[in-house]
Amino acid sequence: MLKIRNLNAGIEEKKILNGINLEIKPGEVHAIMGPNGSGKSTLASVLAGRENYEVTAGSVEYLGKDLLELSPEERAGEGLFLAFQYPVEIPGLSTTNFIKTAVNEIRKYRGQEPLDAVAFLKLMKEKMALMNIDQSLLSRSLNEGFSGGEKKRNEIFQMAMLQPKLAILDETDSGLDIDAIRIVANGVNKLKSKDNAVLVVTHYQRLLDYIIPDFVHVLYNGRIVKTGTKELALELEERGYDFIKSEVAEEVDR
Amino acid sequence: MDNLQYIRNKFDQLQAENATSGLQAIRKKAFDSFNRLGIPIKHEEWKYTRISPLFNKEYKLNQATPVSWKELEEIRLPGYEQATELVFVNGIFSFPLSTIRSSHILVMPLEEAVKSEYREIISKHLGHSGKYQKDGINALNTAFVKDGVFLFVKKGQIVEQPVYIYNVTDSRSGNVLSQPRSLVYVSENAQVQIVETYGTLGLDESFTNQVLEIIVDRDARAEYYKIQNDSAHTNQVSTTHIRQIAKSYTHTVTISLNGGIIRNNLNLVLDAEYCEGHLYGLYLQKGQTHVDNHTVVDNVKPNCFSNELYKGIIDERATGVFNGKIFVQPQAQKTNAYQSNKNILLSDDASVNTKPQLEIFADDVKCSHGCTVGRLNEEGLFYLQSRGIPSKIARSLLLHAFAIDVLEHIRPEPIREYVDKLISERLEFDGHD
Repeated sequence: MLKIRNLNAGIEEKKILNGINLEIKPGEVHAIMGPNGSGKSTLASVLAGRENYEVTAGSVEYLGKDLLELSPEERAGEGLFLAFQYPVEIPGLSTTNFIKTAVNEIRKYRGQEPLDAVAFLKLMKEKMALMNIDQSLLSRSLNEGFSGGEKKRNEIFQMAMLQPKLAILDETDSGLDIDAIRIVANGVNKLKSKDNAVLVVTHYQRLLDYIIPDFVHVLYNGRIVKTGTKELALELEERGYDFIKSEVAEEVDR
Repeated sequence: MDNLQYIRNKFDQLQAENATSGLQAIRKKAFDSFNRLGIPIKHEEWKYTRISPLFNKEYKLNQATPVSWKELEEIRLPGYEQATELVFVNGIFSFPLSTIRSSHILVMPLEEAVKSEYREIISKHLGHSGKYQKDGINALNTAFVKDGVFLFVKKGQIVEQPVYIYNVTDSRSGNVLSQPRSLVYVSENAQVQIVETYGTLGLDESFTNQVLEIIVDRDARAEYYKIQNDSAHTNQVSTTHIRQIAKSYTHTVTISLNGGIIRNNLNLVLDAEYCEGHLYGLYLQKGQTHVDNHTVVDNVKPNCFSNELYKGIIDERATGVFNGKIFVQPQAQKTNAYQSNKNILLSDDASVNTKPQLEIFADDVKCSHGCTVGRLNEEGLFYLQSRGIPSKIARSLLLHAFAIDVLEHIRPEPIREYVDKLISERLEFDGHD
């Protein structure tokens, strides 16, 4: 589904990603962990097409297409979804109107007819129940004045509405208490199928107690320095990132 | 012939033809002021809006021309079937085109009003704006006051449907200078909504110098909406002067979409205790349209509240100006006055000059002001795009969202929908890739 080869990217003059290699297959859950500043969010941003990052080398193939050639909206149309670390507040734009536009623009991209009001409402109700989200939240301006938990839940609600093939969760757990994490993770798990994949970007292991990864990758200095199973996440939690750093240092020394 | 000389001749002619008019003295006094003050050239209040070149053109002043509703269909506002419609053509009130659809209001020519039982109201309030507009432009309008109307809202009456005022310029046979002038009096415990718009027939240039004065009495409620969506060859100075003479409520929304040079003077004089006034504005500019909003909130008496929000979206080579003055007079303790001006520039050639000006002479007051000038929120744009919304639509959604907290204050529904449609069309049409 996703093949990242030797991806190098940065912002302005600063190099952040130094040769990422990663392959994700349908039905898999991957976690990317790493200390602050290791390039986790950069990777998520580059995949979603954030403009201010520059790719200097490497390639990303997504469902047989060159992902880097696509605009952010085309990527969404192709089934890519990024749950933002900091969802943007947009006063004056109703959440419902926003989601309706998104759903129908993606349908348009795929050559499908737009959902009419009745069908849209039905889909909304279904996903609202799934995410345990309240109508009153959706009639408010997009993310405006939402609590941290509400914002993240809204991200996963959007994911439920858009039904992506590949969902990237960028530090979705940051700033959430354990109850909120459980709700968010629960939503993600309910959306999992053999046809779609999830890439969880996180600093802490705790989210992975709820979203069980098939693979855990450790990102350090813009490279994946270690790959393992969910046990690796537990080891990181126990020993901290320092042991990775020293392992990497040893490698360099050799 | 020199344009100013033409104006002088016209004035002499007007006075000679109306020798017995009750407005003679007001006109004379104003014309003296005009001669003394002249056209603003190096005037602090006109720093960013140069109107003197407009006076280098030859105009026909207060020229009556025949116009029919058929020709005005394009500017007719939705909901007109129920509304009272007052039409001015080249500054002259047209009885045949106007329809009064409410028994709660009286409309009479100022010339008549000044001789009627309302003469005291006229003599007391007509020209009060001159105290705030100390320039020749306001005086010039007053010097030619003749064909405007007095709109009286009866005591205790709620005018259910809005009053639409159309200012039509007919420049099909030469440049036109028109000077609409009216006085509105909202009596005790009365309520009215006034919507004003502008339209032009013909391709010659026009300059509209308008003054509307609104007096609001005890426990009355006045809403005023101005919609400027005229052609690029039309210029205007539009002064709206609202004076609350007893505890009352006012609400104004100024929407500027199209035109050449547009200068709006909006004065809100809180001349009694416990008055409340809201001022909203939205300017959405492109091409070379110049929009200058000069607002004054004058807190004369204690315990008044005012809230002001103006927003601008400026594209291409357009320029915007916002100047918001708040005066708190020594007596006006416990004043609450808030002001905010926010701007988005969409092109490198667009510009805005924004200036809040607070002059506070009382010590127990709450006043705040703030202004911002920025670009479209890139992070917001990416957020929408990442959800599959193409950048063009995303931009339009973001700009519409920016405008909404002004738009939502347009209370007459057909008008709100009408303006919303104009704005949505504009934002879609202007979408950049």
